[in-house]
Amino acid sequence: MSYMKEFTKGLIKENPNMVMLLGMCPTLAVTTMAVNGLGMGLSTTFVLVCSNIVISLLKKVIPSTVRLPCYIVVIAGFVTFVSLMLQAFIPVLYSSLGMFLSLITVNCIILGRAEMFASKNKVLPSALDGLGMGLGFTLTLVIVGSLREIFGAGQWFGITIMPEVIEPMTLFILPAGGFFVLGVVIAVVNRIMKKKPREISCQNCPNAQSCFSGEGCKVNKENGGNA
Amino acid sequence: MELAKNLCIILLTGILTENFVLSKFLGICPFLGVSNKFSSSLGMGAAVTFVMVCASLVTYPIYYGILVPLGIEYLNTIAFILVIAVFVQLVEMVLKKFVPPLYNSLGVYLPLITTNCAVLGVTLLNLTEGYDLLESVVNSFGAGLGFMLAMVIFAGVRGRLAECNIPKALQGAPITLMAASVVSLAFIGFGGVVENIFGA
Repeated sequence: MSYMKEFTKGLIKENPNMVMLLGMCPTLAVTTMAVNGLGMGLSTTFVLVCSNIVISLLKKVIPSTVRLPCYIVVIAGFVTFVSLMLQAFIPVLYSSLGMFLSLITVNCIILGRAEMFASKNKVLPSALDGLGMGLGFTLTLVIVGSLREIFGAGQWFGITIMPEVIEPMTLFILPAGGFFVLGVVIAVVNRIMKKKPREISCQNCPNAQSCFSGEGCKVNKENGGNA
Repeated sequence: MELAKNLCIILLTGILTENFVLSKFLGICPFLGVSNKFSSSLGMGAAVTFVMVCASLVTYPIYYGILVPLGIEYLNTIAFILVIAVFVQLVEMVLKKFVPPLYNSLGVYLPLITTNCAVLGVTLLNLTEGYDLLESVVNSFGAGLGFMLAMVIFAGVRGRLAECNIPKALQGAPITLMAASVVSLAFIGFGGVVENIFGA
């Protein structure tokens, strides 16, 4: 039963990007089409599950002083694997995700789960946690991607669904539309879940502990507080 | 002359039309997280520019000197992220020891930079664009300056936002993202400027 909880918490309650406000770069960059969001989300999920399993298995072997470089190498290994696989079997997706496929390596969701969960828990809960968080991430990407594709191109997963008379608003496909749609989605989630307003900052960042040498958060403290 | 013109195009493109934050979506976390104060946005921008230029200087010989001759180009992500992580730690130690004033102003930002996707992004972009060493350095410098420009402008916008009366659901991250959307919209206005200046 408790295993089930590890899986479901990532989907909505602790959704990594809608609620915890992590991993903004891929959420904005690849979501011009819903199918790209889905591909990116599933690739990240795969990397997240694999890296959580490996890091959980190695948690007694990795010395804590050099743990972050070790985690990054494990993650980068899986990212390379995924991008080679996509290049071979789904070249269309590979070329449309482009550089952001390699940048899964520095996605703070993955490093955050490694640091906060996999390094402290057994293999099975870690795998489920990774799966839940990954699918939660995928969910957000598909929602943002769908909204942008429907309003910006009048299509959904490549199928035209808007009637001809409604002119697509190209703005939604542009970078500006990405920021706007994500802002609206987070606002709606805040409203439904009655969450206290949160800012994206080092102070509220759940990954604060895992920032390199833990000093990253001095930035905000020294400048006298939050946003 | 042709070379200088080419380098100017790369530099201005990096700063204005292909702005790293506002049109390529790289380095969003520090852009939204550290831009709440003018001084910290300037410091973060300077630190990122410095690390980007150095990272492209370091990764170029590694890619063309080690990975290509051995035929293991596909390992570039792993190699680059390791090099950047080691390099940032090294810079931190060197600055702390030899240039304490610079360390005091930039040092606090350095730990944030290792996992900043803009730094890894610029080194990978230099490869896909096929730039040589000089072009890579200029491109990284332009990308860093563009990052700094976006941060500084956005710090000003957020200063104004702090005084506004915002609906409750929009407070915090949503309104910040929407403000970023407007700033990004303004940068679309630069489209075509660089081509017009140089007649390219």
